[in-house]
Amino acid sequence: MTESTYRIQGDTGEWEVVIGLEVHAQVTSNAKLFSGAATAFGAEPNSQVSLVDAAMPGMLPVPNKECIRQAVRTGMALGAVINKWSRFDRKNYFYADLPQGYQISQLYHPLVGEGTLEISLDEKDPEAFTKTIGIERIHVEQDAGKLMHDQHPTRSYVDLNRSGVALMEIVSRPDMRSPAEAGAYLSKLRSVLRYVGSCDGNMDQGSMRADVNVSVRKVGDELGTRTETKNVNSVRFVMQAIEFEARRQVEVLESGGRIVQETRLFDPDRGETRSMRSKEDAHDYRYFPDPDLLPLVLDDAFLDACQASLPELPDAKRRRYESDLGLSAYNAAVLTADADTARWFEALLAESARVQKKGEQEVARAAANWLISDLFGALNRLGKGIDESPVSPEQGAELLALVGDGTLSGSLGKQVFEIMLETGDAPGKIVEERGLKQTSDTGAIETVIAEVLAKNPNQLEQYRGGKEALFGFFVGQTMKAMGGKANPAVVNELLKKALAG
Amino acid sequence: MSVDTATVKKVASLARIAISDADAERLAPELNNILGWIEQLGEVDTANVEPTTAVIPNSLRLREDVVTESDQRAAVLANAPQGEHGFFTVPKVVE
Amino acid sequence: MSNITDLGVAQLRDGVRDGAFSATEVATAFNDAVAKAKPLNAFIVETPEHALAAAKAADDARAAGETPKPLAGVPIGMKDLFATKGVQTTAASHILEGFTPPYESTVSQRLWDAGAGMLGKLNLDQFAMGSSNETSYFGNVISPWRRNDGGNAPLAPGGSSGGSSSAVAARIAPGATGTDTGGSIRQPAAFVGISGIKPTYGRCSRWGVVAFASSLDQAGPMARDVRDCAIMLEHMAGFDPKDSTSLDLAVPKWEAGLSGDLKGKRIGIPKEYRVEGMPEEIEALWQQGIAWMKDAGAEIVEVSLPHTKYALPAYYIIAPAEASSNLARYDGVRYGQRALPEGANLQDMYAATRAAGFGDEVKRRILIGTYVLSAGFYDAYYTQAQKVRTLIAQDFENAWTVCDLLLTPTAPSAAFALGEKSADPLAMYLNDVFTVPSSLAGLPAMSVPGGLDKSGLPLGLQIIGKPLDEQGVLNASLAIEERAGFTARPEAWW
Ligand SMILES: [Mg+2]
Ligand SMILES: [Zn+2]
Repeated sequence: MTESTYRIQGDTGEWEVVIGLEVHAQVTSNAKLFSGAATAFGAEPNSQVSLVDAAMPGMLPVPNKECIRQAVRTGMALGAVINKWSRFDRKNYFYADLPQGYQISQLYHPLVGEGTLEISLDEKDPEAFTKTIGIERIHVEQDAGKLMHDQHPTRSYVDLNRSGVALMEIVSRPDMRSPAEAGAYLSKLRSVLRYVGSCDGNMDQGSMRADVNVSVRKVGDELGTRTETKNVNSVRFVMQAIEFEARRQVEVLESGGRIVQETRLFDPDRGETRSMRSKEDAHDYRYFPDPDLLPLVLDDAFLDACQASLPELPDAKRRRYESDLGLSAYNAAVLTADADTARWFEALLAESARVQKKGEQEVARAAANWLISDLFGALNRLGKGIDESPVSPEQGAELLALVGDGTLSGSLGKQVFEIMLETGDAPGKIVEERGLKQTSDTGAIETVIAEVLAKNPNQLEQYRGGKEALFGFFVGQTMKAMGGKANPAVVNELLKKALAG
Repeated sequence: MSVDTATVKKVASLARIAISDADAERLAPELNNILGWIEQLGEVDTANVEPTTAVIPNSLRLREDVVTESDQRAAVLANAPQGEHGFFTVPKVVE
Repeated sequence: MSNITDLGVAQLRDGVRDGAFSATEVATAFNDAVAKAKPLNAFIVETPEHALAAAKAADDARAAGETPKPLAGVPIGMKDLFATKGVQTTAASHILEGFTPPYESTVSQRLWDAGAGMLGKLNLDQFAMGSSNETSYFGNVISPWRRNDGGNAPLAPGGSSGGSSSAVAARIAPGATGTDTGGSIRQPAAFVGISGIKPTYGRCSRWGVVAFASSLDQAGPMARDVRDCAIMLEHMAGFDPKDSTSLDLAVPKWEAGLSGDLKGKRIGIPKEYRVEGMPEEIEALWQQGIAWMKDAGAEIVEVSLPHTKYALPAYYIIAPAEASSNLARYDGVRYGQRALPEGANLQDMYAATRAAGFGDEVKRRILIGTYVLSAGFYDAYYTQAQKVRTLIAQDFENAWTVCDLLLTPTAPSAAFALGEKSADPLAMYLNDVFTVPSSLAGLPAMSVPGGLDKSGLPLGLQIIGKPLDEQGVLNASLAIEERAGFTARPEAWW
């Protein structure tokens, strides 16, 4: 556990920042929370709207089991209390994106109670600076529709495609003390959700967004009044919003003002938060149990099935990579931060062990290094995610095997990898067709070395005269003459002999 | 509990029902009368009583995660007082 | 055969089946009767073509030698709270004027599937809020009954299913759908001398029924006698996966199970229903009912339902609270009327739309509901009311340990004149004093005519049963019907 030293320097001294996040995560499901309409992203406006979602008179909600299941699994992944008896409540307010005039949510009896999430603040050494952030609750609720304000001079357009999509609202305790901690929390939470498979974590598509609660206080003081900045949709913006909002609050307080508990909006273009006038009078939500829905009662069989379906989670996986596979803390952290990466790595690892007929721990380091430096480097250049990699784990394993058994030198391996990226061909085929095999044929190498020495009498004389730094020159000349295909170890050995005369 | 005209107006505003001063004046005693009568409920000792959650003992049934509703935009928009380009429209909202 | 419109649901069904008359003759006769009965203002929309189409289908099926559908040849009235595909559905409010649902409610669909046809959409109290049918945007419904004092004071047909009660009593529909939140089937049935049953909460799907108070709303039939109600209820009830509160149970064969023999049944008489100021005639009818029960073989036991007096105030918290939220969707955005004053922003538009679209009683209940749910009052009002509701349900549970059914009056008075109570909302609310407790507990309950008061107006008796015991309720009601010999009907003046 690490105490944050992050402070805002004000005219009157140092201020501490207190942060809590309410993360809205879209539950991965085919259909909406209470209707049979589709949830796919990017559909034509109002084309995924059922009569229930449009709140037609007499329409009734029927909950989607998968949404409940995913929220329960998420709770379990966060070590949280699962409430076997929960209820849906109505949160009443009027807005054009809310057809029913209320949002079905859970206030009094949420599905998931208290849990925790461990964050690390140093990615190079994940165990060095850790902190446990409390999760207060997770409840399930409906998303609202979307308003567009820039299509018409005097009208806003209403699209209800998102209306009724299932969200999990994951509410943290106000345990974070710096933008970095909030960023780490959000990244870690996203990672866990993607492992569990309960949310795709696509922040740019709105699948995950955070309401950021910020207050400031002098160190040791009581909690200050907080503001809530709504719907911030990236880790970077969350950190920016906190920084801006904390500074703003310090300025207000230091100039004798008072912080108003209010809803604010983050403007990513200006990196600022500002007051949201449109929701000012919506504070009295008149929550009460939704009379259209009965209490939600979960049985042990359902909960057991949820528990049994949980995958190995990132922290456990990271520790196992270190202890069982012998990976460095950094590599283990990089490989486990994202579920897709870990899945890719494990496929690579299994295939490598199979084709090389070795144990996983014997091939793990080479696989990890290649994935992190070569594959990630290439994907970065291409602007692709690992799930869009042009090279498959099987092809990667084949390449690693060719390097491992000396068929390819390190540099030939990189050359072949580049061709794989371009053509999508398997490495064996590339080596075969282009004759890129490394040679350890001593006769051939000796012939070339003899030619090199003959062509460079001056350098030979200087070397034999004691200028041993010229060894690299002869290696280079030999490799060049052999088109890079000579086994460097053999070249080294034979050159030494030849130069010694 | 006594409801004055200011409270009536506040509640009407929460309920998004425009009311005139005269309406509020008329409604205040009427609502007081009803609320006063309702308040006899306070007499009942409910110390160890759970609030009703389901009228007939029954718990929530869950639906399978299947898309059962196809695109029905035309039906959804058919009764809209105003709309264009496949959207409902409302007076411009400033956020 | 003097007059087809004098026949009830069972007689029409049987007559069409046996070829005594064609379904088209039936539909035509009732369509004509509806067209002539405009002064009752029972219908908001008439749909003669719907009734005729169903009749033609019935006649064609018969001609083809097919087994007739269970309600083939029976045209009915549909309370305008049920969404009907392609036919305006308003809940008798201005705010929904012109709304044409692209969907059909589950209950109405079941009736059409059983072969019934629709005569039209019946008038009601706006959003089913009222006990006299004086809150409809489309005008008051007039009861076909008149006092025998020679005066012509127009009388209330009861509410909120006042169009339904008026139409059935006037013989312009053999049966009609109703909905009951705190007595809206039973009280109007009692006011016009017909029968009506509210089944156990969850028997009839609420899908496609404009919601008033979700935890209380139940659909049910209104018809001239107990058998007709049993027949209709069989084709309205049933599990619906689209309603989360729907009961996943098979529909019993209630008609086949009918029997007025009450041997072995214990009938409870709740002493708390003897309310102050109740007219002597109501008390006398109640005593008469007790005598009929004994005559049918039942044993009479006195029972106590100690929290009865708190039912009405609890109801007037719970129902308005749910309504205030259920009616939030009427905002002028997706359907219905919109009021958009010059320069109005979105929230102004909502307020103007709702001010213009809702009637006074609806606004009153929305305000009460909003108030009792608002910050600081929720526990004192809503939670307390739901706790009292638990106690009321427990009262009934306790009663069931000593009896099988309860017998009470349906309403504390006979029909009153229009305008007589509309100035005092509280006096109007007290009409539901006998019907509300069973609504709060979700129990099946039925009103049957018992006799006439001094003014020649009908009075009803109520039977309340255990959860799911519609059969017991129907049978005890049948025992009353068989003994009351109620044949009075209003003189046609329209
Ligand atoms: Mg929030
Ligand atoms: Zn939320």
